[in-house]
Amino acid sequence: MGKTIAEKIFAAHLRDRISDETMVLDIDVVLCHEITTPIAIMDLIEKGKDQVFDPSRIKAVIDHVSPPKDSKTATQAKILRDWARRHRIKDFFDIGANGVCHAIFPEKGFIRPGNTVIMGDSHTCTHGAFGAFAAGVGTTDLEVGIYKGVCSFRTPRTMKISLTGALPQGTTAKDVILAIIGRIGVNGATDRVIEFVGPVVDSMSMAARMTLCNMAIEAGGTCSICPPDRTTATYLWPFIQDQYASIDEAVADFAQWQADPDARYESEMTIDVSDLEPQVTFDYKPDQVKGVTEMAGTPVDQVYIGSCTNGRIEDLREAAVILKGRRIADSLRGIVVPATTEIYRQALAEGLLTTFLDSGFCVMNPSCGACLGMSAGVLAEGEVCASTTNRNFNGRMGKGGMVHLMSPLTAAATAVVGTIADPRPFLS
Amino acid sequence: MNRFGGAVFRLDRDNINTDEIIPARYLTENSKTALKPHLLEDLLIDGHRFDPHNQALHQARVLVSRKNFGCGSSREHAVWVLEVNDISVVIAESFARIFRQNMFNCGILAIELAAADIEQIFSLPEPLSATVDLEASCVRMISTAAGSTSHTSATFPFTLNEFDRQLIAAGGWLAFADERY
Repeated sequence: MGKTIAEKIFAAHLRDRISDETMVLDIDVVLCHEITTPIAIMDLIEKGKDQVFDPSRIKAVIDHVSPPKDSKTATQAKILRDWARRHRIKDFFDIGANGVCHAIFPEKGFIRPGNTVIMGDSHTCTHGAFGAFAAGVGTTDLEVGIYKGVCSFRTPRTMKISLTGALPQGTTAKDVILAIIGRIGVNGATDRVIEFVGPVVDSMSMAARMTLCNMAIEAGGTCSICPPDRTTATYLWPFIQDQYASIDEAVADFAQWQADPDARYESEMTIDVSDLEPQVTFDYKPDQVKGVTEMAGTPVDQVYIGSCTNGRIEDLREAAVILKGRRIADSLRGIVVPATTEIYRQALAEGLLTTFLDSGFCVMNPSCGACLGMSAGVLAEGEVCASTTNRNFNGRMGKGGMVHLMSPLTAAATAVVGTIADPRPFLS
Repeated sequence: MNRFGGAVFRLDRDNINTDEIIPARYLTENSKTALKPHLLEDLLIDGHRFDPHNQALHQARVLVSRKNFGCGSSREHAVWVLEVNDISVVIAESFARIFRQNMFNCGILAIELAAADIEQIFSLPEPLSATVDLEASCVRMISTAAGSTSHTSATFPFTLNEFDRQLIAAGGWLAFADERY
């Protein structure tokens, strides 16, 4: 019987089969940030187990609150920084060279097709865009990952979602994933891997695939995976050219991490995106989604463009198309956060930051920023934010605040109009 | 091994998320006990703010809820804030994957029961307490209200997979992995 991508990755990394239901896998890459890792480090120190299984397979970044906002966050950063130095973890990214974990680690070429990846962060599923099995875990799993290089998972059950048709102008990967979550619900993929296939995925850039995979967790998914192909190999080429004679050779090798034609899926779904309009969430769950025409006119106090979902250069370019030569409404404030230092630099070189500044946006340094209400840019009680982030839970961006999730195009249109707005008229 | 059971507190809602169990603004703590006063601080029930200073919640050792408990973030703080409030059992119709794994990784119990069983637990009169028999894999709910009869108690069998059982016995994943790998 054929295998799905996740089944192939599990078979290649199997350390221990505890039962038919549970497997322990060898982990290729353990990713760390300063919020969930320091407490794992402190526990390992306390228990006399301050070791790392392989410093070259551990990557760390300070991203959630950077620069620190107070003594506590400065201490968290210091614990991670000291630990990285002590264990000679060379892939450690600090202020001046850092960025949001799920943007900076792909940018450095750390994630490869067929990899197993864990991190103490639920949006680790982003890395499935590379054909990897990448899952968010808690601090104890992270701790064991750092210490032993293993993690336990339930035997994967895969949902196949085929995306057909062609995305209409003004509709993006963000709108596709919001529509999918709206359809399957916040627990529609619990304990499942989502395999995204079809012509729409094939034609997506790596940035778009990362946006798509980033929000699998909002449907409860363990991970989502896109089949690795020429787009994947081309993106990774600067990092893999010593391993392969050509991109063609890499593409051929990556094909081992595609599903077999007779792979068995737990469920299959086909979605034609040709008539999809930009999507916006309402209320406090990411599966509460409506078309932008229905949400248009909703008042907003702040527009936020950034995060591991939509803070990439492609996202900033899209927003800038709408903002170029326009001012944001006086009634709201705009904040843009390039996801990494490299994206910041690129946006500067391309003139995008000037476009944002000219339109009235505040440009912040790379970090997770306001997304989870831990750092700069949080909302006051009763305020509303139009945001390109991934989660709209009650109080997420500050106690009593409300978040509407949307694409960078919709967020930019909203900033200009002053209430939630359809980006399509700006593009025609 | 932990002892499981005690006073029960019921949270009548689906999809209670990790941001509601422990808001992100408290993730700057590096000690579990510092989380203690912030349990369920941002929870909404029927659109209304829940009172986290509720006396019954502070006496609870067991939480009962509906579908998809613990969805959202991977933050284990959502389990630790229960732990430091002496809650070592959560019973729900279903759990989010990471939250459920975090519970067992800490050596404490996430028990899934059928919707009809959960409904029955919600119908039992207050105050309610629970005993968990791990060996027999069942949880017994006893209504301790004055004048309660045998009708106000009920036993619910549950299943734990082999690995979860081993994690409970070992006292968590670190101890288990340290021995085995």
